[in-house]
Amino acid sequence: MREISYAEAVRECLRQQMQADDKVFMIGEDVGLYGGAFGVSVGLIAEFGEDKIMDTPISEQGIVGIAIGASLLGMRPVVEMMFSDFTMLPLEQIANQAGKMRYMFGGKAKVPIVIRTPGGGGIGIAAQHSQSIEALFLHFPGLKVVMPSTPYDVKGLLASSIKDDNPVMFFEHKLLYPTRADVPEEPYLIPLGKADIKREGSDITVVATSFMVQKSLKVAEKLSGEGISVEVVDPRTIKPLDIGLIAGSVKKTGRALLVEEACYTGGFTCYLASEIAKHCFDFLDAPVLRVTGLDCPIPYEHNLENAVIPDEARIEKGIKEVLG
Amino acid sequence: MDKINRGVLENLLKTMLKIRNFELAVEKNFQLGHIYGTAHLAIGQEATAAGSIAAIKENDLITSTHRGHGHCIAKGADLKLMMAEIFGRSTGYCKGKGGSMHIADISAGNLGANGIVAGSAGIATGAALAAKKLGSGQIVICFLGDGALNEGIWHEAANMASIWRLPIIYLCENNQYGMGMPIKKATNLDKLSDRAKGYNIEGLTIDGNDVLTVYETVSKISADVRAGKGPVLLEAITYRIRGHSLRDAQRYRPEGEAKKWLTDYCPIERFKKYLIKAGYITQPEIDNITMKVNEEIDAAVKFALESPFLDVSKVAEDIYA
Repeated sequence: MREISYAEAVRECLRQQMQADDKVFMIGEDVGLYGGAFGVSVGLIAEFGEDKIMDTPISEQGIVGIAIGASLLGMRPVVEMMFSDFTMLPLEQIANQAGKMRYMFGGKAKVPIVIRTPGGGGIGIAAQHSQSIEALFLHFPGLKVVMPSTPYDVKGLLASSIKDDNPVMFFEHKLLYPTRADVPEEPYLIPLGKADIKREGSDITVVATSFMVQKSLKVAEKLSGEGISVEVVDPRTIKPLDIGLIAGSVKKTGRALLVEEACYTGGFTCYLASEIAKHCFDFLDAPVLRVTGLDCPIPYEHNLENAVIPDEARIEKGIKEVLG
Repeated sequence: MDKINRGVLENLLKTMLKIRNFELAVEKNFQLGHIYGTAHLAIGQEATAAGSIAAIKENDLITSTHRGHGHCIAKGADLKLMMAEIFGRSTGYCKGKGGSMHIADISAGNLGANGIVAGSAGIATGAALAAKKLGSGQIVICFLGDGALNEGIWHEAANMASIWRLPIIYLCENNQYGMGMPIKKATNLDKLSDRAKGYNIEGLTIDGNDVLTVYETVSKISADVRAGKGPVLLEAITYRIRGHSLRDAQRYRPEGEAKKWLTDYCPIERFKKYLIKAGYITQPEIDNITMKVNEEIDAAVKFALESPFLDVSKVAEDIYA
């Protein structure tokens, strides 16, 4: 095994899936020679050519519509939306068309598209390029929503998403792209709908998504020095949700803190908290608390940005509050 | 004209009669209370669907609109399954989950009606992209209303179809109204096909109520499109005789306008007159075709009425593959 970055893991997965299945192709803005805004697809156009790595005009609705139409004929397009904020432009196509099509047609259509897009803040590009909007897509029937937090997970989850016969929203994170870890060279699948315990512990369960998993792991490590044993659980796919694994962990520890980067109101963890209440009520020793972004657009200036996005101090404080 | 054989002419007439009488049956059964939801009738617009789809190959593809019964029928849909869907029955194309606005028959090349204006513009363009990638030789007709040409996604899709020379015809059925909005108030163009200039593609405007003009135009341009000459925007001028939907008081249009279009420009009556005058067909033969069409429609209504509704326990099936 060798160590590669999250971005390289995405690229390796795309390469392997395109090599294995000639129905798979990439489509998006500047995914070709430019290599994608975050360099994820650098070099792929030299390997696969313009037909497989399709550069498009800046036309987000059209891109997603075209991907849907191609998928109806058996293709497996992987769309790159340059920033997750931009998915609000083709929202109609994602929600009304891709998500509902199979149902509206009485089960006679398959829409195997993946929309990869980087979410999250932390690099100073302000409100229209930094929001975490994954919760929006939980609300549309027919979609799956994936949020990988490690190089290993991103490769296996992307492969499963490409092979899935349903539309998948695949949220990467800008700050995860350079993170490095061991990733097998050969292709492998991580099933959608399976959560993962990133660190075992016994005093409290922290459920975190995307880059917040990395922050929570750092806090867990720090607190272990204080004799606090934190279990960190990563849902990995937030729809379908592996409530079984999450509830099992919460029942074991009796306490839960939910951590996400998105705004406080209407975030994924609102829904998760209600699921935990439903499944774990008799096992809880404390109220379930949430550490989230503020109900505020992501500001530009570094200190302001840090004030909106949960940091390690807030996660630590949250854990201590739940522990009482 | 003499190159068109009698079989083609008879089929054009038969398809238009099927569409017209199917929709009259839908309207009647709505009034009788047999239809729960709504439908959008294309009465008066039959020539665009019949003429264009007759001019392409059976394995070619279409996407349709909320006013899509004609496109489905011309693409060879089973009237029983269509009527059952509109009646909300489990035997319908979509098991009663889609209704009139979402009839699709993907295996037959109908990639679906669409409840969103221009909602299928990208989908149709993507199908054309896939046909090109797969080398299948198929072309796509993307049916759109006049209103759709003011939706952003159509412009995005047409631009990409142009740069990639995709095998697609954007067939704009200009029926003069976007719901209640007259097209002259919605655009500042004499011809909607002028929009093609912006994408450096061919744009044509034709009489959409003359089925032979539609047939011959689409025959010609479909050959070019299939040969890789790139997309075409074809505007077919027609008129929506009925209201926007089955629930429209029609306060927005001048008295007598719809009636005049029906008496003076009805595509079916015009075609019948032409066929008889040119000696292609006799009135008794027309009566015979009409009778057969009506028998098929009656059987479809009977099938729909006798079909069960889907058991509510199955309401949440078919969401995921």
